[in-house]
Amino acid sequence: MAVIDELILLMLAASALWTVMTRSLLRSAIGLALTSAMLAILMFRLSNPFAAVFELSVCAGLISALFFCIITITEPLTPEKVREEAGARFGRFRYLPVIVLIVGIVLRVLTVKIDVKLPALEEIADVRHFLWEGRQIDLIGQIIILLCGVFGIVILLKEIRKKGGK
Amino acid sequence: MHLLWIFFVYMIVLFVIGVYCILATQNLVRALIGIEVLMKAVTLLIIIAGYASGRTSLAQALVITLIVVETVIIAVAMGIVLSIYKHTKSLDTENLTNLKG
Repeated sequence: MAVIDELILLMLAASALWTVMTRSLLRSAIGLALTSAMLAILMFRLSNPFAAVFELSVCAGLISALFFCIITITEPLTPEKVREEAGARFGRFRYLPVIVLIVGIVLRVLTVKIDVKLPALEEIADVRHFLWEGRQIDLIGQIIILLCGVFGIVILLKEIRKKGGK
Repeated sequence: MHLLWIFFVYMIVLFVIGVYCILATQNLVRALIGIEVLMKAVTLLIIIAGYASGRTSLAQALVITLIVVETVIIAVAMGIVLSIYKHTKSLDTENLTNLKG
């Protein structure tokens, strides 16, 4: 394992921790985008380029933009209120770095050799062929889920507009 | 140290961070961010499994499906959060006591 892989993993965990611990929601959203970008780099290094492109464009791009929108619409707390709530937040999240450190150290000490030798399959190297020829049911499922999501959002927005009208 | 185990350790660390965020936060948007971190842990697990078994095509197909599902979940959840915000003018979970028995 190259040192760079371990460095990327470390940055992935650090950015996830920062995402959860930081006070500002906007900074949290930026941290989430950073976590996705780190995961995408890791995917590239583990020879998963198509999944990495999806992760980078959808998770680091689209989902972060959605988070920025929702944070802007819902009028986040003023700096004074953030300062007032900082104590309570610190009380709730103070154990997280300790727990993460303990879990990380204990698991790294307990080295387990994972040996997953599965029966050989006829591996199709190109993911596009694999997706279109071998996993059509996944594609149908994705279309159904997307339609469900679209209908759900349309109904929710209709309700919000009705409430706003009243 | 075994290569896969290191990836596995970081996957568990991500999972712990996500679960703690969901359990400890009182803000609905931050709970969604916790769910996202959990999804990242699952994505990393699928990538590790694909790399270990040599079936990267299958892993990539599953990750693409997971990303689609993740996006839809987050979009619908944001719609629900927005609806709750319009109703209660707050994102605090403490204020959601309408169904309290």
